[in-house]
Amino acid sequence: MNTSLTARMPYPVMAFIPTLNRRQQTLLLMAMAAVVVGVMIAAGILLDNDRIATHFDQRNLAPSWNHLFGTDWLGRDMFTRTAKGLTVSIGIGMIASLASVVIAMILGLASATLGKTVDSAVSWLVDLFLGVPHLVALILIAFVMGGGAKGVIVGVACTHWPSLTRLIRAEVLQIRFSEYVHVSKHMGRSRVFIAVRHVMPHLAPQFLVGILLLFPHAILHEASITFLGFGLSPHQPAIGVILSESMKYLATGMWWLAFFPGLSLLVIVRSMDIIGDHLRQLTDPHSAHE
Amino acid sequence: MLSIIDLSISFTQYRTGLRQKTMAAVSNLNLSVAAGEILALVGSSGSGKSLLAHAILGILPSNATMTGALVFKGEPLTPERQRALRGRDMALIPQTVNSLDPLMRAGAQVRTSVRNGKGRAVQKNMFERFGLTSRDARRYPFQLSGGMARRVLVSSALASGARLIIADEPTPGLHHQVAQETLTQLRELADQGCAVMLITHDMGTALGVADQIAVLYAGTVVEICPSSDFKDQGHLLRHPYSRALWRALPENEFHPISGSQPLQDYLPSGCLFEPRCEAGTSLCKNERPELRELRSGKVRCVHAS
Amino acid sequence: MPLEAKDLSFRYKKSRWILDRVHLELQPGQVLGISGPSGCGKSTLARILAGYEKPLAGGVTLGGRPLPQKGFNPVQLISQHPEKAVNPRWRMHRTLNEGFRPDDIVLSSLGIEKKWLKRWPNELSGGELQRFCLARALGPQTRFVIADEISTMLDPVTQAQIWSVLLDSVKKRNMGLLAISHDKNLLMRISSMIIIWEDMMMGS
Repeated sequence: MNTSLTARMPYPVMAFIPTLNRRQQTLLLMAMAAVVVGVMIAAGILLDNDRIATHFDQRNLAPSWNHLFGTDWLGRDMFTRTAKGLTVSIGIGMIASLASVVIAMILGLASATLGKTVDSAVSWLVDLFLGVPHLVALILIAFVMGGGAKGVIVGVACTHWPSLTRLIRAEVLQIRFSEYVHVSKHMGRSRVFIAVRHVMPHLAPQFLVGILLLFPHAILHEASITFLGFGLSPHQPAIGVILSESMKYLATGMWWLAFFPGLSLLVIVRSMDIIGDHLRQLTDPHSAHE
Repeated sequence: MLSIIDLSISFTQYRTGLRQKTMAAVSNLNLSVAAGEILALVGSSGSGKSLLAHAILGILPSNATMTGALVFKGEPLTPERQRALRGRDMALIPQTVNSLDPLMRAGAQVRTSVRNGKGRAVQKNMFERFGLTSRDARRYPFQLSGGMARRVLVSSALASGARLIIADEPTPGLHHQVAQETLTQLRELADQGCAVMLITHDMGTALGVADQIAVLYAGTVVEICPSSDFKDQGHLLRHPYSRALWRALPENEFHPISGSQPLQDYLPSGCLFEPRCEAGTSLCKNERPELRELRSGKVRCVHAS
Repeated sequence: MPLEAKDLSFRYKKSRWILDRVHLELQPGQVLGISGPSGCGKSTLARILAGYEKPLAGGVTLGGRPLPQKGFNPVQLISQHPEKAVNPRWRMHRTLNEGFRPDDIVLSSLGIEKKWLKRWPNELSGGELQRFCLARALGPQTRFVIADEISTMLDPVTQAQIWSVLLDSVKKRNMGLLAISHDKNLLMRISSMIIIWEDMMMGS
């Protein structure tokens, strides 16, 4: 055969690091994102509280090796404040998104298995919550709960479950009426066996990925309602508080007060997003081999 | 019209953890189909039939690696050329009617694939030919019966004016009459000068309409022959697997051979059919035979005569 | 202990009747073929006979009694699409042994290899999966097998292979078999009686 015709046609090789296969790349990216989040949490916990005490001799310093993110008008180290603020935010975000996913699981399962009345009730609730803009509902709930960490957690948990509920309901329904569940029943398997062995393995990844993907929403909403003044109290080192205070000083040229905390928030949120997205890709049988 | 030269397609898949394994889905496959001819690809599921169609159209999944050459109208088919010719010079009649756009009326679907001439006129003409009314043209896919949806798919492929038609399992699940009708359409296309590649596991379908039969086994062609060679006890056939296929038909002996097609990551190093072959020798075990000419056909077996 | 369907009627929601007062009797040891065009209600009949679907009127009895609601169903259904009948997140050995442990002779006569057992369903072809579905249905308590177009998607060799195993078991254990197919040649090969179904009207 004419060799000039026998061209090699490799199909898209996605490798930007050629020695790693796709799954290794994915895991590496996830590990890097996890390290970023881990370092931020460790810094928040380990850094000395003295660094955020008031030091009038070190006011309004621009970023330097000693103060990576600079200092504010009270001489507090902005890096320490950011780390502590983000740690608080991550904690709140985790609890809120976990609560959200648990609500979604329970409602999704209930609406798929407990009959028509429950199903339409849940669907109505989902539509109701999806109909109201997130932030408005969130502010209302946080306000009613009297603000603070509790208000934010309840607010975020109560507003983020609807879309995941729909997803889980659909998934459970599909499995329940699938051919292999029928077969299992006729092999003499009990409802408990089918629920645990057939349905659960499909839901576990949804659960994990659900938490990770809701987390960025939770943390951003926490920051935004705190920024608006309906969330955490000004005395807590929350990222929303930092950003909202910094606004007043932006005009005086102290750009680092808002820039670094904002950037850190973005990095953390994006990191969690990367972890969740890639985990979903790995656990989905349709894309797992790409 | 189309030649496939020494085509191999492999997949990488993940085993437990991070290790990858390679699956040889198609290996050293040679085929050609000429204008005015229907070539039927027959073989079991997992023999690489559909994959071959995807390779020709350039729609393999991203974890597939392809080597070898595809030549269409005398020029190599590069990925760019595939993109340009897909739906224009080469058309696929897909396996399932789910490939219709559920939100588009039947007539509009056909009109979008028209490349030469007035869309509406061509579509009307096609629908008339396939016994679809103008009311059917205004229907959405879910309002059509399975047979009607199938006819819409076929008319889409025809309306494109493609010269190479690849039909991937067009008949299973169809009413006998509709199936026959689909095959007649394919025959007409070939008679008008198209090259038709018919992918099927249904021997009856293939033999009734095709000029040439290519028998696939474990990702490669084991025999290419005129369809008229499938007759009597199959004594004209060149490869033991073709003979096994013929003898296994319910209207013949309904006689199975034991064992199963090798898995794609456990291919034997010698002849792919050797583990199931009665005539297998140590030569067959060690060396993979080449496809060679034999009695106006081709065969991949050292014992064939 | 015959499998009997009396006065079966069925339709989905408000559509036309798919089954209208259908009678059917299947004896142990009998192989009955049903042939008819797609969409005529053959599959619905199969699902009702195996207890997958409830008829709107009439009923199915096994030896005069209704089908058991719990435990291994003595009427086992095998369908056209094996890839839908196995859990995609289970390795094959779990699927194979879900009801009981099929013996090695059946497995080897079906051509099921040991190394397939560790695979996920998406690593096997339809023909390979269908062999598992057949092995899984031939349990010690199985009295009747309903085979709904089980070899429509298979090549002739695999088709002959699985039918020879199925017919062997049916004969050896005196089971009843209802074979549904559009392929009249196949039905003539395997069944002692064939019903040609023409849109709700049934005649022998």
